[in-house]
Amino acid sequence: MTDKQRDVLLSIQDLHVWFELRRFGFGHAGYVKAVDGVTFDLHFGETIAIVGESGCGKSSLMKTILGLNKPTKGKVIFENLDVGALSGEALRQYRAHIGYVQQDPFGALAPFMNVQQILEEPLLINGVKDAAERERRVRKVMEEVKLTPVDDFLHKFPHMLSGGQQQRVVIARAIILEPKLVVADEPVSMLDASVRVEILKLLRGLQEKYHMAVIYITHDLSTVRYFSERVFVMYAGNVVEKAPVNSIVHNPKHPYTAALMDATSDPDANNALTMRELPPGEPPSLVNPPPGCRFHPRCPKRIENLCEVEEPYDLQADDHLVSCWLYK
Amino acid sequence: MNSFKRNLQEILKYPSAIAGSLIILLLVIVAGIVLATIPYSEAIRLWRGGEEVWYANPQYAPPAWINYFRKEKLPVSFSLDSLETDGEKIVTTFEDVDGTTSRTNITYTFDFQADVVPQEMSLYFDAVYVSKQPFVSIKWITPDGRELRVGDFGVDKRMTYRLSQDEKLKRRLGGVVPMVGLFADPNSETGVPLKGTYQLVLESVSFEKDSSIHAEFVFFGQVFGLAGTDHLRRDLTLPLLYGVPIALAFGLLAALGTSVLTMIIAAIGAWYGGWVDELIQRITEVNLVLPFLSILIMVGTFYSRSIWTILGVTVLLSIFTGGIKGFRAIFLQVKESAYIEAARAYGSSDIRVIFKYLIPRMIPLLIPGLVSSVPAFVFLEASLAILGLGDPVLPTWGKIINDAQTNAALYKGLYYWVLEPAVLLMITGLGFAMLGFALDRIFNPRLRGI
Repeated sequence: MTDKQRDVLLSIQDLHVWFELRRFGFGHAGYVKAVDGVTFDLHFGETIAIVGESGCGKSSLMKTILGLNKPTKGKVIFENLDVGALSGEALRQYRAHIGYVQQDPFGALAPFMNVQQILEEPLLINGVKDAAERERRVRKVMEEVKLTPVDDFLHKFPHMLSGGQQQRVVIARAIILEPKLVVADEPVSMLDASVRVEILKLLRGLQEKYHMAVIYITHDLSTVRYFSERVFVMYAGNVVEKAPVNSIVHNPKHPYTAALMDATSDPDANNALTMRELPPGEPPSLVNPPPGCRFHPRCPKRIENLCEVEEPYDLQADDHLVSCWLYK
Repeated sequence: MNSFKRNLQEILKYPSAIAGSLIILLLVIVAGIVLATIPYSEAIRLWRGGEEVWYANPQYAPPAWINYFRKEKLPVSFSLDSLETDGEKIVTTFEDVDGTTSRTNITYTFDFQADVVPQEMSLYFDAVYVSKQPFVSIKWITPDGRELRVGDFGVDKRMTYRLSQDEKLKRRLGGVVPMVGLFADPNSETGVPLKGTYQLVLESVSFEKDSSIHAEFVFFGQVFGLAGTDHLRRDLTLPLLYGVPIALAFGLLAALGTSVLTMIIAAIGAWYGGWVDELIQRITEVNLVLPFLSILIMVGTFYSRSIWTILGVTVLLSIFTGGIKGFRAIFLQVKESAYIEAARAYGSSDIRVIFKYLIPRMIPLLIPGLVSSVPAFVFLEASLAILGLGDPVLPTWGKIINDAQTNAALYKGLYYWVLEPAVLLMITGLGFAMLGFALDRIFNPRLRGI
């Protein structure tokens, strides 16, 4: 890999995204701390996975990267551009640099537009005025995502497509502007198991071909290895572990990661008989997170008088960065 | 738009929708024909015209077809003009006596089969002379061959002779009202009219070389034409027909303007939220408690009664009503959908999101509401006209009812005057309502079980 490719594309620095809670529509009633101090760098052409259970803040993080949420504190820097400070036209233009693949492909496609109209929209909005040029690019991208023969699909409406085909249209729309970064928010969780791998392989292929950076957000660790180089594990608004994909699967360091790994269902006949040890309890409230380590109420390896008092920071453990007092 | 086509095909499954569509189609065709055949200026001239336009019509005459439902047949109005000699009903003979004196005989022949005498018979003379008046003597020949002298007099250049107002004729008939006396059957004691062929003979003598005389005989029956006449002898078919395009135009424009603007404003409020939304909601709440009709009456009384002004005020006042709340509720839901998030993610502007992503989603909901709201606006326009706040120049259905009311039509038993426009209003309302209900069921499938 060249140096250029290892340059930082997106830099997240101590990002906080808090949503204000209001009482009766005006009085202040605290904040939902959806993202609470996240820092990482994403390089050109790199794929990372962000893993965590529902409500851990991964979608809020993603929407902040897309410029749909404003950071409360901290910065999102995209190629020397401070995303949090953008507004109006500049923000609109910035958004066009990022592809967005959503979770529910049917919901992500306007039901009253056909495939051609859907795919032309990003081009129209971003100033491709020539109709022939638009059609050429639509056809090209449809071939890329293997919606072939193109003419069969061009005039179909979303409800006439299967889930996998719908997701291909969503992916086509995300890459039609040739973005440097694609954010994929659980792109396969709503699909049949049979088409998941295909869609992931397609995304992977496109990522390699165009050298896009991809942020792959999921709650399903079993799909992570198709994709990413690094895995970030999020818990209650924090990134608790950052590690290369191979080592996290075989050697999770953070007790929460270990618990997630245990909960992952591999299609292995032996698994049918083993009982899984799930961490007890619920994910904590994001309005009043527990003091100290946020995982400590559920943690099996809790250190008394430390975990519930002091917040851990990123600690090096092999090639992992773990925010857990066990590795002090 | 495929689903749209499918929905339209589904209409055929609802008989009420077919009936409603047919009614609307018929009204639209009538409106088109009316506008094509009666130009606006002509309609206004006729409607605003007085005696000189409508002199040949009877006053307060019900439509001719009510005879089909009556045992006692009423006489139908007609007029015979000596300028249009047809050789049968009107026979004109001219005889030159000595170069200066000439005789002109005009004979009007008509068949009378009614059981009631006419309102009136008149002769409208049109004489040409310089100084010496032509002299005319009039004879009345009954079916049983009796000859009655009606009158003898010199004719002015333009003159109207009303038989029922001739006191001499009344005396000659023995003090009986001329219309009864002329038609009475001598063998009957109750004075029922004699049926058969009557003749009115005008024998005129002119005393100048180029002198001539014409006369139009008008028989004012008790019934007239397809729709009858009003207090100003106007043929009611004119306002009934011309009311179709006006009612449709007002109803459709008001419904379309109201629905579309309501939807756009609701979409803007829901999308931007914050103070924009607050403002729209507060305006709506204030407007909801304001009395709609009273404001329209005030505008009509103090500002203008032009139909366009009233239309504009109606639309303006109807935008900020319950509809805006309903649309807003759905828009708030649609606003959160994933495809709108995607649109924002690839850089759609706010305006584009509102018009290209929010509003198209709502069109299936808009159409049934739009169709169903048309009758309300048609009725509103009629109500204003009935209250005397209609457009002062246009012939409309509401105007007819207003005239009928001010002339105590129901008190006088002139039911046709009120019922004709009322039935048309009801049919129009029914057509749109039937189509609207069916469309509602098609576009909102959840209602189907109910």
